[in-house]
Amino acid sequence: MAELLRTYARLAWTWSRAAAQYPVSLVLLGVATAAVTSLDIAAIGLMFLRTPRIAGFSVAEVMFLYGTSGLSFILSDILMGGAERLDEHVRKGTLDALLVRPVSPLLQLATEDFSPRRFGKLVPTTLVFALALAHVPVRWTAPRIAMVPVMVLTGLVIFAAFWVLTTALQFVLVESRGATKSVTYGGAFLTQYPLSVFSRDIVRGLTFMVPLAFVNWEPSLYVLDKPDPLGLPGAFRFAGPVVAVVLCALAGPAWKSGLRHYRSTGS
Amino acid sequence: MTYAWVALYSIRRHAAYPTSAIAEAVTNTVFGIVHASILIALWKARPGLGGYDTTDAITFTFLAQALIAPIQVFGGLELTERIRTGDVAIDLHRPVDLQSWWLADDLGRAGCHLLLRSTLPMAVAVVMFPIRWTGPTALGLALVSLLLAVLVSFGFRYVVALCMFWLHDDRGLAAIALVTSMFFSGMILPLVVFPGWLGAIAQVLPWAGTMQIPIDVYLGKATGIGLLTAYGRQVGWAVALFLLGRGLTVLAGRRLVINGG
Repeated sequence: MAELLRTYARLAWTWSRAAAQYPVSLVLLGVATAAVTSLDIAAIGLMFLRTPRIAGFSVAEVMFLYGTSGLSFILSDILMGGAERLDEHVRKGTLDALLVRPVSPLLQLATEDFSPRRFGKLVPTTLVFALALAHVPVRWTAPRIAMVPVMVLTGLVIFAAFWVLTTALQFVLVESRGATKSVTYGGAFLTQYPLSVFSRDIVRGLTFMVPLAFVNWEPSLYVLDKPDPLGLPGAFRFAGPVVAVVLCALAGPAWKSGLRHYRSTGS
Repeated sequence: MTYAWVALYSIRRHAAYPTSAIAEAVTNTVFGIVHASILIALWKARPGLGGYDTTDAITFTFLAQALIAPIQVFGGLELTERIRTGDVAIDLHRPVDLQSWWLADDLGRAGCHLLLRSTLPMAVAVVMFPIRWTGPTALGLALVSLLLAVLVSFGFRYVVALCMFWLHDDRGLAAIALVTSMFFSGMILPLVVFPGWLGAIAQVLPWAGTMQIPIDVYLGKATGIGLLTAYGRQVGWAVALFLLGRGLTVLAGRRLVINGG
């Protein structure tokens, strides 16, 4: 595990140095990435100019959801998001070059084109999250405080597992990336909002089928002390880490079996 | 006639990978469902916001998702890459007008995307949500507005692509273009939700002509004088951006130096 992290860090550092060869471009892109990320929070702000509450949640509470979802997703994207470009490698035949190197191909994919500009996205999200923490109407007790870092970490692992699962699917369906974006990017977008905006069937699907509800919705119900619209048992609010572990247990074999089924074009 | 062939070949090229296009349409559909659910909650809190009812708002979000591909919110023009690599020199050698060539190519692409990328989100919307239906006249008027929307969008993307002759790295500008196109078209949030002066400014910017205006024409929010204003804004921006693109094409032609020629 330590060896894995060291390799990851070394590859990420190498790519970062490559990106730093064009410093102006790097800074501009960092700012631009931050601006694109800020559009979602701008939309949330504009909506709350028109109404004090959406689906029973105040602006500070939605900002709390936005912050936790954003931190989890952006960190998972920085660490694993590069993997989704597997389809390009399969199509161009460049995956073979990755396979002959003595480092896990998943690690190579994840670090490929790693750039410090990706951290640009964290700036607006962190600011919004800090603002939310200051204004959210919560009586902060020790367990509630502890829940915040736990949910960010849980969300990070859940999203990372989805990156690996959707990437593994590309071994079988090379053209699936366009559709699986709805789980990763779509998941990042929908977890910014209270799931109470959705119909009950959709929330059930997000709890039991594609368990994005455990990224931040269930734990937030505990932190913000809100009733569950589905009336699920209280234990669900603390089930996030279990869900994250189960997803990882699925993602690992999925990736390995995908890799085993890979047949190079041979040309 | 040449341009008709360019458009036709563009259609064939973009139809070459239908599964890929439909996979993208799945994501547009999911985002449509999420956006619609959020707007239903907003309109429940504020009925009649911006002159829309809930059905209008739902219809708006799915039409917006269906329009993402035809008006190419993400992705600009392939011309950008050709300028960067220098392949544009070949384009300039052809006995055709550069701008018209790429316009024909883009119209073909838009037509193809309208079939492959827009059908699925609309079909799912009809099954899952109440949708505003419109008569044949309003539909015809909306299709005219949609054509104008593609022209405005092309005019803008062509100008952005030509900046490549001076910038050499397009990614910063591409990101700014993306932010403005996403936010001021109405894709992120219908422009009718924008408050006061921000809404007023957004409505007269070119990007409103790519999404907000054609959808308003479809929903029947622009009739009589309003319809003329809507068309007028789209035609005005399409012409202005087209002329700007012409000017830049002339300047770029003078600037281009082909090494080794």
